[in-house]
Amino acid sequence: MYTQPGNGSIPRGSGGPGIGAVVIPQLFNTPCLYIVFVEEKSLSEINERIREGSVCVVTAEEMPDLVDELGTDGAVREVDVVTTGTFGAMCSSGVFLNLGHSDPPIKISRAWLNRVEAYGGVAAVDLFLGATQPSEDKGNEYGGAHVIEDLVTGREVEIKAQGSITDCYPRLDLETALRLDDFNQATMVNPRNAYQRYDAAINSSERTLHTYMGTLLPRHGNINFSGAGELNPISNDPNLEYLGIGTRIFLCGTQGYIIGTGTQHYPQDNFSTLMVKGDLKEMSNDYLRAATFQDYGPSLYVGLGVPIPVLNERIAGNTAVRDEDISTDILDYGVPRRSRPVVKTVSYEDLYTGFVNIEGKEVKTSPLSSRYMARQVADALRDLILKGKFFLSAPVEQLSLTGKNDPMRQTREFPLVGDVMSRDVVTVHEDISISEAAWIIVGGTYDHLPVVSESEKLMGIVTAWDISKAVANGKISQISEIMTRRVFVASPDEPLELAARKLDHHKISALPVVDKDNHVMGMITSDDMSRLFSRRRYG
Amino acid sequence: MKLVLHVEPGIVRQPLVSSVILETGALVNIERAKVDAVSGEIVIDVSSDKCMEVKTAFEQRGVKVVLLEVPVIRDEMECIHCGACISICPTGTFRFEDFKVIEDAGKCVQCGACIEACPQRALRLILK
Repeated sequence: MYTQPGNGSIPRGSGGPGIGAVVIPQLFNTPCLYIVFVEEKSLSEINERIREGSVCVVTAEEMPDLVDELGTDGAVREVDVVTTGTFGAMCSSGVFLNLGHSDPPIKISRAWLNRVEAYGGVAAVDLFLGATQPSEDKGNEYGGAHVIEDLVTGREVEIKAQGSITDCYPRLDLETALRLDDFNQATMVNPRNAYQRYDAAINSSERTLHTYMGTLLPRHGNINFSGAGELNPISNDPNLEYLGIGTRIFLCGTQGYIIGTGTQHYPQDNFSTLMVKGDLKEMSNDYLRAATFQDYGPSLYVGLGVPIPVLNERIAGNTAVRDEDISTDILDYGVPRRSRPVVKTVSYEDLYTGFVNIEGKEVKTSPLSSRYMARQVADALRDLILKGKFFLSAPVEQLSLTGKNDPMRQTREFPLVGDVMSRDVVTVHEDISISEAAWIIVGGTYDHLPVVSESEKLMGIVTAWDISKAVANGKISQISEIMTRRVFVASPDEPLELAARKLDHHKISALPVVDKDNHVMGMITSDDMSRLFSRRRYG
Repeated sequence: MKLVLHVEPGIVRQPLVSSVILETGALVNIERAKVDAVSGEIVIDVSSDKCMEVKTAFEQRGVKVVLLEVPVIRDEMECIHCGACISICPTGTFRFEDFKVIEDAGKCVQCGACIEACPQRALRLILK
């Protein structure tokens, strides 16, 4: 389909209908000149050009403008490969390590690397070390990801293992110190990487939250998001035409492969993911970095890039995707449930402006993944291809276009506040006197009196302690003067466990239970919870 | 310019900031203050021409004063330019320039929010 003309021998714009010749600007590092008859090409042609050194490669950030300028047909003629890249905290990562056999041999049941436990239930001396596993001595500040980083940077790692004794593996335990070279194999296998996009996070609650989406300030104080936007590999091939099993990729500085769909792969909603593998021994610390998310745990920043061959106009069109075309939801992490409410739907372009308007307030945004490093990945991959050191592979099987990311089937019931709360709660109005309130508390079963407005909406709470204090002071007459107006509440459909955390966190002993309109429906107290607990335990 | 005032027990109940303002006539912006019954740490911002005068005035009242020239240091080797420090900072110390994090360290009031938020542990407060 293509001919490779001599150096600049054909003038720009020459040729009859259906034939074009265009000089590619210096932008693409290698100036090249093609005559094109049809706007399609094969992977082997592209690989041949990589071998010859005449391939045209651009990054996914450069491609949209080119497609605007040249059209998809022109882009197919002129561009062979679009490189993508992403560099984010990818918790679902880890390595298989083979330690070699000791003498006497051991069948490892449990093992620790620098006191980070690795899974030992794989044969005798194979381990799987997960990135998010915290260490037993340093906790979240050092974990599986840090061990992986230490191995990649050539540091020695202390190994401790316990064995289960058999006739063929008589050893009970062992201690040794190994460097990356000492392992027979060290293969990174990441069950879920390169999320096509990710929900952004905000926090409507009254307290700072420490999450895997970083630190979320209270009262919509900030927005954190993740993802490489228009550089993301899957966003450039959303129909998974080229990304498949066996597609060769850039993984942490070396060549790796897509080995399947990632866990939680859900293309129906643009949440595709990849399962990938690569040789840890060839990886570089530049593209693999251990991290700690405060009060959450360790994670691993993985640099992953996929070269996408511009085989036809459809692919060319897909690689022209821009940040503005990729939307994501901002979810409220202040609601500690699986289904978090959507606060706003925005594009990656909106998120990268640094601010998003939430309910009239400009809220600052921060990415947690590095766009700068994602660009470094795409650039590094482009340079490898231009130097003839990276060839594209045809996938042996397509990735599924339907996935499954259903909620967990929970077989043990978990009680809700509404199941356990007391409904016979007495509410009062703010104009009653201290002594009236005292009489209600003495005559009832609760130490807490919710105070409601004329329209029966919750406006405050008075406790027996508040009343005692008022009596001791002697001057106060009405409960409106002593009631707490900032009341922590529970809703009837809230899991009891979350209500218990609220009591514990705020060091209080009861929460009024309110409906959506702030009407008091009942009360949940630490006594209710103790009763439930003892019934479950001993009843 | 930013000054950190370390207020020792014994003088913490005195109206130190207001008396220095009255004496020097300087416009003082209190950026951060943590004062309890026995001691206090206050970060103030004053214009550079009044800075030394204000510093001396506090020192005469028994306050230990440290000039915050570079309040926060970002380790370029550790930083991956993710930007987690940007939205967490109350004073806008960090920003992106072509997706690289750069800081205007002069804006930092050493609240420490970024230190914990940095996944790479690449930030450090000076004199803390």
